[in-house]
Amino acid sequence: MSTTSAVSATLVKGGAPSSAAATAKRAARRRTALVWAARVGLAAVVIGGWQAFTTWGIVDPFFFGQPSGIARRLVDLFRNGTEFGSFYANIWTTIQEALAGFALGAVTGVVFGVTLGQSRFLADVLGPYIKMVNAIPRIVLGSIFIVAFGIGVLPKILLAAVLVFFIVFFNAFQGVREVDRNILANAKVLGASQMQITRHVIVPSALTWIIASLHSAFGFAIVGALVGEVLGAQSGLGLVIKTAQNNFDPDGVFATMLVISVIVLGAEWFIGKLEHRLLSWRPPAPSEANSL
Amino acid sequence: MASRNDVAVSPGAGNVGRDSARVEISGLTKRFLTPAGEVFTALEDVSFTVEPGQFCAVVGPTGCGKSTTLSMVSGLDRPSEGSVTVGGREVDGVADGVSFMFQTDALLPWKTVLGNVLMGPVFRGVPKQQAQASARDWLRRVGLTGFEDRYPHQLSGGMRKRVAMAAALINEPKILIMDEPFGALDVQTKAIMSTELLGLWEQIRPSVIFITHDLDEAVALADRVVVMTSSPGSVKAVFDIDLPRPRGAVQEIRFQPRFIDLQHQIWETLREEVERAYARTAGGTA
Repeated sequence: MSTTSAVSATLVKGGAPSSAAATAKRAARRRTALVWAARVGLAAVVIGGWQAFTTWGIVDPFFFGQPSGIARRLVDLFRNGTEFGSFYANIWTTIQEALAGFALGAVTGVVFGVTLGQSRFLADVLGPYIKMVNAIPRIVLGSIFIVAFGIGVLPKILLAAVLVFFIVFFNAFQGVREVDRNILANAKVLGASQMQITRHVIVPSALTWIIASLHSAFGFAIVGALVGEVLGAQSGLGLVIKTAQNNFDPDGVFATMLVISVIVLGAEWFIGKLEHRLLSWRPPAPSEANSL
Repeated sequence: MASRNDVAVSPGAGNVGRDSARVEISGLTKRFLTPAGEVFTALEDVSFTVEPGQFCAVVGPTGCGKSTTLSMVSGLDRPSEGSVTVGGREVDGVADGVSFMFQTDALLPWKTVLGNVLMGPVFRGVPKQQAQASARDWLRRVGLTGFEDRYPHQLSGGMRKRVAMAAALINEPKILIMDEPFGALDVQTKAIMSTELLGLWEQIRPSVIFITHDLDEAVALADRVVVMTSSPGSVKAVFDIDLPRPRGAVQEIRFQPRFIDLQHQIWETLREEVERAYARTAGGTA
């Protein structure tokens, strides 16, 4: 009797999982298809609605643009360029400014955050000032940078860096504060020097926080570069937008916006890759693990 | 007393230069300032000695300052009064030759098993190759060969404890401090880990201070059991455990009459303190 039950048990074991797996796979595929259909549908409704409303005259395309007009303008921009050089050159200017500002802001943010996070004295002394500086609308600093450094790339880089700095700084600071006390004590007992503790314990621990902040920080780097260009520049996407605005050309504004969002998405993808690489030690999130 | 302990303890252990591993805790007092501005005395006049190579367990009710004592022995914290001397030198700051095993995991989650065990030698400036060889050797000793490249979150609780054990022992400490190291494990795993700890301890013979809530564990492992009073913590009694070594499996020693006898004696002393501590917390919440 025990043998028969064992045999039937193995039979069930052998048969059930494969069909169960197939069913589960089918269900997963169906769900993916449904999600994509819904996504495409939503985009069609929004863009199609916009096109339709502007065509029917319910919404005035003079103020709000028109998808077809945006597409035409985009092609025109790429083909014929702008009054101040090719469109590619303008894109490149903005990317350069954003990247340089991002790098400068992120590095200084991490250095300051990690240093202040480890020193109670420095944190106590500088804390109120940092809060104050954080409270002022930093975007206005753009005007000062332009007055001080002219209309080249430097003021845009500085503005982007200032915006990025505070986001990264606060996250790095908090990340250092959140380091597990036990791990810290353990490293100390094992004979780690302050440098070794920073390198092996504090920075890796704060990295989770820092990388999370980089996602939003790149968006801010772009904002800093664009605002700087709108305030005064010789080239760059901010200048393209400003010119389009002055020419009552909403399609031009939207077309440039589209290009910018593609840039940010690209950067986001890259930061995601970086995150995956640097934080590969983390256990998979529960949703990832169960998502079959 | 010391000599008697040496007789009970020393077979196999080289005693040359071992005096540097004597821990003397004398008149240790620790006061904290509570957020309300009152002075809270966590420890009052704690004195006991751990002979070189001795396994000393400290038992006591919750919140009696056992962990506070350990942090002062390891040099992570400073006493308000009294002193801890290790090998005749007063502890001030983290010293060489001391390892600490914590109740919760103190493994670095971003380092592999090998990387975690490597930390001790790396912090001490041991050349990389040599450090790796010794880390692999220690992983073999704790039975984790083949798991070098796993991350801590991929291991079971017992395996993580083994990694912590290898990481604590790789520097061959003179003094090993353990703060309820197996407290979070299930009973079976705990027994296995205790037996393994005894085996490893017999290989390198550090002086051990081992905190536990579990009286059975204390008697089964230790040469000396220090019973502490409830808050403020002080030493209530010290028992020498004369069960022969090597003791073998921890699960089996529990059935020996001498074990039961000792366990009973210590429990008589401890019970009063546990009840007092319990009454205080129960009264506090009521």
